[in-house]
Amino acid sequence: MYPELGQFTLILSLLLASLLAVVPLVGAITGRDSLQAFARPLAAGMFVFVALAFAVLTHSFLVDDFSVAYVANNSNSLLPWYYKFSAVWGGHEGSLLLWILMLAGWTLAVAVFSRRLPTVMVSQVLSVMGMVSVGFLLFILVTSNPFDRLLPNIPADGADLNPLLQDFGLIVHPPMLYMGYVGFSVAFAFAIAALINGRLDAAWARWSRPWTTVAWSFLSVGIALGSWWAYYELGWGGWWFWDPVENASLLPWLAGTALMHSLAVTEKRGVFKSWTVLLAIVTFALSLLGTFLVRSGVLTSVHAFASDPTRGAFLLGLLAFTIVSSLTLYAFRAPVVHTRVRYGSLSREIFLLLNNVLLVSSMLLVLVGTLYPLVLDYMGGGRLSIGEPFYNTTFSPIAIAVGLLLGAGIFSRWKKTDGGWLGRRLLWPAAISLIVTAVVMLGLGGFTPWAFAGVLTATWVAVATLADLWDKSSSRHGRWHGLRRQSRSYYGMVLGHLGMAMTMAGATVVSNYGVERDVRMSPGETAELGDLRFTFSEVGERQGPNFVAQYGRFDITRDGKLVATLYPEKRQYRVQRNVMTEAGIDAGLTRDLFVALGERVGDNAWAVRIQYKPLIRWLWLGSLFMAFGGFLAIADRRYRIRERSAGKVPADSGKLEGDVVEAVS
Amino acid sequence: MHRVLMLFVLLVMPVAATAVSEVYPFDSSADQERFRTLMSELRCPKCQNQNIFDSNAPIAKDMRDEVYRMLQDGATDQEVKNALVSRFGEFVLYKPEFSQRTVLLWVTPLIAVLGGVLIVIGVILRSRQREDDTAPLSEEERRKAERILSGDDNSPR
Amino acid sequence: MRRVLLFIPVALAVALGIVLFAGIGKDPNRLESALIGKPVPAFELADLQNPDAVHHDNVFKGQVSLLNVWGTWCPACRDEHGDLVRLANVEGVRIIGLNYKDNRDAALQWLDRLGNPYALSLFDPQGKLGFDLGVYGAPETYVIDAEGIVRYRHVGVVNERVWLDVLQPLLQQYGGQG
Repeated sequence: MYPELGQFTLILSLLLASLLAVVPLVGAITGRDSLQAFARPLAAGMFVFVALAFAVLTHSFLVDDFSVAYVANNSNSLLPWYYKFSAVWGGHEGSLLLWILMLAGWTLAVAVFSRRLPTVMVSQVLSVMGMVSVGFLLFILVTSNPFDRLLPNIPADGADLNPLLQDFGLIVHPPMLYMGYVGFSVAFAFAIAALINGRLDAAWARWSRPWTTVAWSFLSVGIALGSWWAYYELGWGGWWFWDPVENASLLPWLAGTALMHSLAVTEKRGVFKSWTVLLAIVTFALSLLGTFLVRSGVLTSVHAFASDPTRGAFLLGLLAFTIVSSLTLYAFRAPVVHTRVRYGSLSREIFLLLNNVLLVSSMLLVLVGTLYPLVLDYMGGGRLSIGEPFYNTTFSPIAIAVGLLLGAGIFSRWKKTDGGWLGRRLLWPAAISLIVTAVVMLGLGGFTPWAFAGVLTATWVAVATLADLWDKSSSRHGRWHGLRRQSRSYYGMVLGHLGMAMTMAGATVVSNYGVERDVRMSPGETAELGDLRFTFSEVGERQGPNFVAQYGRFDITRDGKLVATLYPEKRQYRVQRNVMTEAGIDAGLTRDLFVALGERVGDNAWAVRIQYKPLIRWLWLGSLFMAFGGFLAIADRRYRIRERSAGKVPADSGKLEGDVVEAVS
Repeated sequence: MHRVLMLFVLLVMPVAATAVSEVYPFDSSADQERFRTLMSELRCPKCQNQNIFDSNAPIAKDMRDEVYRMLQDGATDQEVKNALVSRFGEFVLYKPEFSQRTVLLWVTPLIAVLGGVLIVIGVILRSRQREDDTAPLSEEERRKAERILSGDDNSPR
Repeated sequence: MRRVLLFIPVALAVALGIVLFAGIGKDPNRLESALIGKPVPAFELADLQNPDAVHHDNVFKGQVSLLNVWGTWCPACRDEHGDLVRLANVEGVRIIGLNYKDNRDAALQWLDRLGNPYALSLFDPQGKLGFDLGVYGAPETYVIDAEGIVRYRHVGVVNERVWLDVLQPLLQQYGGQG
């Protein structure tokens, strides 16, 4: 009974989405307020019904309703309740429903938080969101209905959730990731609306900016969680595999990062509009492309969904329609007139433009790397692999260039920056970074050019960011007053850039100074890694809720003192019969100790991989900083218009041009 | 923490100090490192996008064994790669060699960066030119420019 | 004029769409053998039935054959075994078996019970020839011409359809020349 109800609410939400896609837009074009007034109620209604459908599916999982095919394929009565809950998005259909729930959620959010926007704009934006929703609701109803029943042959029990996904990481990773993916639909909708009504101006940039930033922040968290999950769950201590599915999430992130910065220029200076609007479209297009790549089975990946050609074709059709129509609209409507603005060659505009060049180049690099095998195969060129070593040689230089540019650009001024002044301003940060890097290199004990460049860049970004904060916060009323005077969006930027420095530092150090050994060990034996002794003290067996695990106990000591005791496991899951490696990890701010139990070799010996991973936590911590910076930035007063109109002037460093726009809106 | 790493770098793989043996023992840490790098550059043909280092598949083990054997016999990295490519095809290389069919793969990022930088230079030069052309702005022009600068330019096309 | 440039993104998107469309439904795991057009790698392997007899790569000379890689540990090999027996007995195809990473007794028992489609059985317990051939998952079936040159590799089960659509035309093509 319930599943049918779920399907029914999905159909209802499709109905509402269709209305949302048409009615407010017609109202906006014909200028009929009565039609535009439907936008918000329709958005709310769509959300309520999608949420109901989601609740029904969740209910089916929690009560083990194996008559629902999707539940039977992705759950089992032995599964702990929290995994039953997260299993809702453990497979294709459910995760698509989650995707749609997020889309409906974002639509509702736009409806709620856009009270101060012109009605026409709101109607158009919500209509575009409605169109995207129609596409995905059709997709789920036609090809991937999560409520399909297995009647009358109801299985006694379910086929279980893939053991890889029975993990805390999976509970949180997809929702965060989808929040990011789908969140870019708002920036997309704003771009389309602006193209339709020709109001592609600084006001548009100001409205899209917080939405873009918050979506980007969610995506950053999502990617970091995915990387963290792969690190401890896939078993071998890697944190980024340049797998097509990972690339699919990195592509919109890179484009979104470029978009955030380009929106800043468009908001403050009213320029680069055509470029910014293109980026907004491309960012969402890449989110859709990622969804397609993961679900269509065109690429080989560790974590792709089971593929189905019908779904692939439908999704591609949807993708093609969305992207081609929006890019065509762009081609006809984007402004080509040069704005008559002067740029000093060292102005902030130019620095941000260069940042965009590099970010978009790195995005193209990943895009080409991901799709090249497919294109080559299509041209009859045979099969090809593109993986980590390729990206290491090509992506790293661009990342370093982005960092070096950032450190200089942070001091630059809008319109014009004096070259001599900038040079003098950079002198100290550069000197400090070099000294710090030299000390770190000496401490780490091995010099390689890449390690040097990476550490230098990370330090440079951090030092420059802090130096700028120091400059800006100098005040006659004392440092504290100066610090308090800075806006939240400025602190957001500082945090974001510090986060980037942390991530870069972590990535560089762990890749260059991580140590690992593959050893053959029997219980009682000891292996050494530097001055750490890993003693394999015993093997045991334990019962999990739905698995049996063999575990090893490893005591790690330094100079006879116990540092950590780790219990790496090999789990055999009862239903799907597959064996999973569960690594033993001692996490720390400066280093992780990592032990993974490999194959059994010989009677009592095991292949054991022991690893020392310096600064690996910084990778994810840095990403969290970046995301937190984003959240902080959108909490800035200047986005909360009510306070502004009360006459409060925010202490925003770049407020000059923006305020004029604000008055207009 | 740094002490650990320094020690490690100074010691030439502490094989003698331990009771256990490496799964793939080498005489020198340089060879060990070469082995490790090679394994991460070779793809397991059977698996879902994994290198032969991380994969548990039997074929990946065969390939590891072969790489190990060849390195012990004094083969160069290139010889090892060639030997595996001749059996499994170029598919096993995670970093494709530069060749006619991989030209676009390697040059696209380069073109993107260079092209982008050229465009930025163009933007700067054009804005300078404009500066020269319109050096004496009339009062009306100045006001218009102000409006554009302030972003309140409602006539984009 | 500058507006023309704005059409570049949509053109690229369309081109990409065509490629992606072509990719749907194709198996991204299928891999062409690197040995196509090259001779079967040199080998020296014992016969499965007769441990004292040794075979070399010249067993492929003079006649077009199929080389079938199998093992008793491989469930899919069991699926295709009936079809192989039929090919050998009814169609008169010369099939050479490569018993891959297997146990001799188990393999002999298997052939006793399910029938022996192989004109000749090579025994490769270490998987040496299999490795040289680039075998990455049994069963695999190679078409080898009368000169001992590898012409085609099929990965997966050989069934009626694979035989009619793929293998038979190839055997006729290369058989005609030899």
